[in-house]
Amino acid sequence: MKILVAGNGKVGETLTKELADEGHDLILIDRDAAILEATAGKYDVMTLQGNCASMETLRDAGVGSADLLIASTGSDELNLLTCLTAHSMNGKLHTIARIHNPEYMGQVYEMRDRFGLSMTFNPERQTAVEIDRLLKFPGFLKRDTFAHGRLEIVELKIDGQSKLCDQPLSNLPGLINCRALICAVLREGVTYTPNSGQFTLKEGDRIFVTASSDDLSTLLRNLGIVTHKVKRVMLVGGGTVSYYLAEMLLARHVSVSIVERDPAQARHLSEVLPGADVILGDASRQTLLDSEGIADTDAVVSLTGLDELNVLVSLYANRRGIPQTITKLGRMEDTSMIENLPVGSIVSPRKLSCNNIVRYVRAMQNQTGAAVAVHHIADGQAEAIEFHLDGSAANTDVPLKNLSLKQNVLIAGILRGSEVIIPGGNTTFRAGDTVVIVVSGDTVLLRFNDIFE
Amino acid sequence: MNYKMLGRFISMILAIETASMIPALLISLFCRESRPVIGFLVAMAAAGVASALLYLLTRGAGTDFYAREGMVCVGVSWIALCLFGCIPFVVSGAIPHFIDALFETVSGFTTTGSTIVPSPSSLPKGILYWRSFSHWLGGMGVLVFLLALVPVSGRNEGYTLHILRAESSGPSVGKLVPKMRQTATVLYLTYIALTILNFIFLLCGGMSPFDSVCTAFGTAGTGGFGTKDTSIMDFSPYIQIVCTVFMFLFGINFSMYYLILLKRVRSVFRDEELRFYVLTVFGSAGLIIWNLLRNNVYGIGDSIRHAFFQVVSIITTTGFSTANFENDWPAFSQAILVILMAVGACAGSTGGGLKCSRVIMLFKIMKRNVGEVMHPQKVKTVRLSGKPVPEKILANTNAYFAAYILLMVASFFLVSFDSFLLGSPFGFTENSTAVLSCFNNIGPGLGKIGPSSNFSQFGILSKCVLIMDMLAGRLEIFPIIVLFSRKSWQRG
Repeated sequence: MKILVAGNGKVGETLTKELADEGHDLILIDRDAAILEATAGKYDVMTLQGNCASMETLRDAGVGSADLLIASTGSDELNLLTCLTAHSMNGKLHTIARIHNPEYMGQVYEMRDRFGLSMTFNPERQTAVEIDRLLKFPGFLKRDTFAHGRLEIVELKIDGQSKLCDQPLSNLPGLINCRALICAVLREGVTYTPNSGQFTLKEGDRIFVTASSDDLSTLLRNLGIVTHKVKRVMLVGGGTVSYYLAEMLLARHVSVSIVERDPAQARHLSEVLPGADVILGDASRQTLLDSEGIADTDAVVSLTGLDELNVLVSLYANRRGIPQTITKLGRMEDTSMIENLPVGSIVSPRKLSCNNIVRYVRAMQNQTGAAVAVHHIADGQAEAIEFHLDGSAANTDVPLKNLSLKQNVLIAGILRGSEVIIPGGNTTFRAGDTVVIVVSGDTVLLRFNDIFE
Repeated sequence: MNYKMLGRFISMILAIETASMIPALLISLFCRESRPVIGFLVAMAAAGVASALLYLLTRGAGTDFYAREGMVCVGVSWIALCLFGCIPFVVSGAIPHFIDALFETVSGFTTTGSTIVPSPSSLPKGILYWRSFSHWLGGMGVLVFLLALVPVSGRNEGYTLHILRAESSGPSVGKLVPKMRQTATVLYLTYIALTILNFIFLLCGGMSPFDSVCTAFGTAGTGGFGTKDTSIMDFSPYIQIVCTVFMFLFGINFSMYYLILLKRVRSVFRDEELRFYVLTVFGSAGLIIWNLLRNNVYGIGDSIRHAFFQVVSIITTTGFSTANFENDWPAFSQAILVILMAVGACAGSTGGGLKCSRVIMLFKIMKRNVGEVMHPQKVKTVRLSGKPVPEKILANTNAYFAAYILLMVASFFLVSFDSFLLGSPFGFTENSTAVLSCFNNIGPGLGKIGPSSNFSQFGILSKCVLIMDMLAGRLEIFPIIVLFSRKSWQRG
């Protein structure tokens, strides 16, 4: 498919990477020639310098023969204008616009219908949703949801005191006493797919566990991870993500304090968030954090626009013994630079919004047996892929132990109707199921049947 | 420096070279030329074994590949291509001396067309074919061919752009379509289609199939190796006109043909470089016709035909000729030809030289600087075809021009020094036009190295300097210069 991506910012670049990997013809449009140059040197795409909302630029980019336009510049208004202009030049074009201003959120569905947009996305709000989900279950570093929220893959770190430390996987069912499966282990930067019961977990491993959403609290309890319900949260940095997050937390009656440096923004936040404590000050001064009671909070979320500052604040919060820290990384491509630093959970707005768009693109192609969702786990070294099985799926009703799967492929979970099945040797799958597959390494799965040898 | 990836590329380039020797081998077999058959077999065995060994040694190459790797990779690949490409000449005994054979091969792949063979028509057919085919492969670029063949995948797949940039000509090389493999395929399909068309037109003019193929290769790559001792002089006026038209076509930016296919003819006419190219050709030819008629060199018909042929041949840096311009033509006409040598063809074509777009930009930069002298606070954007040119490209153009002039001056000094040491018969005219001709990948010079003479009387040092000039000219200097930088070879 021919896809135009307008705006080569953080979100645009991540989209470029994901869509180029899927083999689409991509044309990137941005005002900044230097940024385009850097991206063109990394991915197999074409670039065009210009204003993405101008007809001339769109014509040069070949909008007439394009299938999809994704407007992901930092300005909602420019994104809308780009989509409208492009749509007027090519009636068959699908358009996706990034709309992130909270003032438009109430009308976003109406805007979508009136302006003929195929979809809107909001990385800031998605980030807030993700953080909110993590705050609901302190103890998990990351949560990825599949099958309409019924099945989750959660990330846990094994520390010295963990029940799982130095245990072979065959002991797992007895230890955790609920339906769960370890689908990937990240050890010293390398991802392993544990296929045998002899695999022994070690201190420092990060494990990825599949479980039904209903079993998450049981899983935590049985693992001996004692967690407190989050009641007080400090948000460092008062941008759009903070606004969305504060709104969600306040609705759950969680007490929120926001540290913001800019007086105008701080006043604005205090106007729109009457329930939150807004503190005007520089988060890089630790006396400010101390005097505002960082030690008494249940969670610290670092959301400033500077990745470095976010990492520093999280490190400090961790040293002060805050039970949960969440760090937003906006610019960093992956987390390998800060590996092994105790910064808690890491959220990346640019990655979160891509999943939905990639899913939309796949639906446009409407391939039989194609994946409906792809989530990157284990620092991007493994993928969790969701498939809907139709009549074309091979080897249905054969027990898993009799099947030969490709190396590094693991069936992480099956959803049949509303029932979540964590697979074992005797499990079978059948047409109509939703199946989540975890694959690591270079194996590429485009269709469900690719999992078999 | 990612040595494994570099080795992997050279391995693939040598595999392509081995395969491309097969037609030459078959021609030699068909003509029962025993020594060339042995020559090609030895060369294919050597290139094949080297390719296989490199392939085995470079398993598990990493994907760290950036602009530096792209440059070095192109430079080294071309040197490897030429070193293995000269084996058939040496082993078959057609050109027994290694430096001479290397000169001929480099001249072939860089589409220069300067020869050290006194009488090309006495060479075996297989060798003649290989000489001409090297023009064709070198014209569009062997790495671009590789990009069309090999699918890119995995992390960092954008690295192929660095290779396209390092091998293709012009100040700002970009893709035609989003995918590199498709871009390379479009370029090569256009190239093949035009070459076949050229071949058919030549065949219709009564040229033998073998001569037609070789001439079409020489024209397509804007090379200039002929199959006769007298280039195109003895062929019919029809053949000469066909050659003129096709040389002209191969000197145009290939993205123009793609735009025509997309029915965007208006943007083709708006292209400033193409306009400059057409005007320069017609203007120069007009002046030469006037000059030839005033001096009574030819009649009106012959003047027009010879003037257009020579002008197009020189500006596209092909180097075919239909007239002995080094002796017969007046000085003013010769001066025009020498100026055209430096101008060169359009960016993105198979031709060499400075390229029309660089000449336009240099002129506009100069104009802007004059304006800044008078109005020091003036802010002015340089435009090409109505679009602003980024300052970085302007700076690169200035740097390129400086390197171009300095390298030519240094080469001229070395060649003259060599002439002095050997007491060779070549004087100022020969030494200067030899450097100019080789650096711009044209072929013939003036004086005793004109269209119907050859470069064999230069000394070894001169030949080595000219070999480097041809490579630097074809690859636009920097891929060759970086090979001499210690930083290129450091790890990490």
